[in-house]
Amino acid sequence: MRIVVAMSGGVDSSVAAALLAEQGLDVIGLSMQLYDQRGQQTFGSCCTLDDLHDARRVADAIGIPHYILNFERQFQDTVISNFVREYAAGRTPLPCAHCNSDLKFATLLDRARGLGAEQVATGHYARVEQSASGRWLLKRSADLAKDQSYFLASLTQAQLARAAFPVGDLEKSEVRAQARRLGLNVAEKPDSQEICFVPDGDYASFVADRAPAVARAGAIVDQRGDVLGSHGGVHRFTVGQRKGLGISSPAPLYVLKIEAESGKITVGSRDALDQTTLTASGVNWVATEAPSGWVPIAAQIRHRHRAAAGQVRAMDHDRAACVFNEPQPAITPGQAVVFYDDDVVVGGGWID
Amino acid sequence: MQRIYFDHNATTPIDPAVADTMAVALREEFGNPSSVHHFGQRAKAVVDQARSAVAALIGADPSEVVFTSGGTESDNFAIRGTAEALERTGRRHLIASAIEHEAVLNTLKALARRGSDTTLLPVGDTGITSSDDLRAALRDDTALVSVMHANNEIGTIQPITELARVAHERGALFHTDAVQSAGKLPIDVKTLGVDLLTISAHKFYGPKGVGAIWIRRGLRILPSFTGGKQERNRRAGTENVTGIIGMGVAAEVVRAKMAAECARLAMLRDRLEEGILRAVPRTMVNGAKTSRVANTTNISFDRVEAESLLIGLDLEGIAVSTGSACSSGTLEPSHVLKAMGFPAHRTQNSIRFSLGAANTEAEVDRAIAVLPGVVEKLRNLTRTPVRA
Repeated sequence: MRIVVAMSGGVDSSVAAALLAEQGLDVIGLSMQLYDQRGQQTFGSCCTLDDLHDARRVADAIGIPHYILNFERQFQDTVISNFVREYAAGRTPLPCAHCNSDLKFATLLDRARGLGAEQVATGHYARVEQSASGRWLLKRSADLAKDQSYFLASLTQAQLARAAFPVGDLEKSEVRAQARRLGLNVAEKPDSQEICFVPDGDYASFVADRAPAVARAGAIVDQRGDVLGSHGGVHRFTVGQRKGLGISSPAPLYVLKIEAESGKITVGSRDALDQTTLTASGVNWVATEAPSGWVPIAAQIRHRHRAAAGQVRAMDHDRAACVFNEPQPAITPGQAVVFYDDDVVVGGGWID
Repeated sequence: MQRIYFDHNATTPIDPAVADTMAVALREEFGNPSSVHHFGQRAKAVVDQARSAVAALIGADPSEVVFTSGGTESDNFAIRGTAEALERTGRRHLIASAIEHEAVLNTLKALARRGSDTTLLPVGDTGITSSDDLRAALRDDTALVSVMHANNEIGTIQPITELARVAHERGALFHTDAVQSAGKLPIDVKTLGVDLLTISAHKFYGPKGVGAIWIRRGLRILPSFTGGKQERNRRAGTENVTGIIGMGVAAEVVRAKMAAECARLAMLRDRLEEGILRAVPRTMVNGAKTSRVANTTNISFDRVEAESLLIGLDLEGIAVSTGSACSSGTLEPSHVLKAMGFPAHRTQNSIRFSLGAANTEAEVDRAIAVLPGVVEKLRNLTRTPVRA
């Protein structure tokens, strides 16, 4: 079977490719060029020229063909523009999730199929399997500390049917051990932690460069509406943020709400940050069809958040309502909320 | 998997006679041609032997041939060397065609950043420069005109003799990048009437890393880098003796075979071209078919991305290209096709097939048989349903 592996030049996708090749599959390595490399060598933290070269060397080491596809325009259209729009709207985006659902398992998958491949494999820590009823299930990876299923919850059944995650059953330490066994030069390469396309993690400048209108002064107010201070643009803030407010106060203040229209940022005490309910839009139901009644789940609202017990119910227009058993801090509009039943993804959407 | 190589304009496989001669020379001709002693004399002799062979390929006097590291260095040498030599005279204007190789275009850009004025001549959908356009662009302060002899992407041949004559009318010098024409067309520098000409060994079955520049006797251009007095003070650096020997043998071999080989390649190319146009719907040849080197055809495939077609063909063992590349290995839209006025989608859906010595009718027929299926799959790309 011919299968495409999306190779970032990192150790996970490298080992994914190697394992598939060892299984005797007809593996093709594809790397995506996502942004213009000419100006800067260190544009972001992933998929730089050096990373593409690493991918090429790994492909050569394991004996598979490797090609680079220019997806600059598509990346701009699907990931970067969404990123900028969300920050400008006072929300905190999750670009990696969009890259997965709108690029890797969409455009790249389509190209892969045009080249005769059945599936796209990535180095993600996640698992996909088919249930007895034929439904495609997305599950957490074996290594829970590395689990990336949170970023894959928007994948449709059609996408999951053509997705493969070869390292999803392995611990990270095993993956590095495999890389060493295979003599891959990326065995000790550090994992890329930041969003791949933002230089030095400076999101605010990145957004302001592309949407200058966001750099508009606005008021920082308390929950009563009294003005406490001012800020230089809503794009600099996220719900739950404590630093950078420029307000001295006896107790720490946290961002509670961001209103892009008026430019108003509401801050309050740590207690005020806790909420028990949320609604989500653009919900993708994975394990089941949309549940009309309340079903018990554990909902994860951030990558680094321990899924908290609660209940979820589908609403109209691809929306869902979720109620937590215990209040959760910093429920952030724009982030993904993913509903789990043990380690199975029930569904996921975007927090309103 | 049977592999078919249709990318001879990118590079050519080394001729066996060239490889054998170089293998021996690598061990036996190790002397430095600048040395006074026997070993140096030997090395100098074989370099000059190669020089004669290369000169014969272009109808030149050997003393006018300078060896370099390849086409790019030669182009840089020709253009920068002339620009710098003529700066003092107030001639700071440079002209080139819009379809030159990057080695010429980027050198012009670099010179523009240092104060030169540059003009690029349009080509229209034939891909051929007109002498009227050149005449209109020439100025009293034009130092140099650079127009390639044959274009690497579409294979069109420029009317060099005519263009050089027009340039000389206004006192400008004329350089032609003959990297793609050497070995494919008979070249005579006297008939062409040019002042500078550049070639590269690996385009005519010689090794990579060696090329030459022909400088008309009496012309003084400034060397690109400074150092020793090699190549009569025109190109510093210890000569790449083995490479030069290889270039010499390649020049001899290709010159002897040229007439017969070009006729054979033209037949194969026409067979491939006609076969593709017939077997694959919505295909078109880019550029004038009349004034073209024998081995090249550049075809646009409607509604297919060249990038994917390249990969799809490679997976079937067929090696082709688009003629343009960039450092990361992805493709940029062809500046040649853009200059010819084609719309954006056509600049990104065109493939170059460039044939050479090893290609056969059977290979051509196999490519014609394989192409329709690859194109079909790509044209019928289904879009996976995604979450909005």
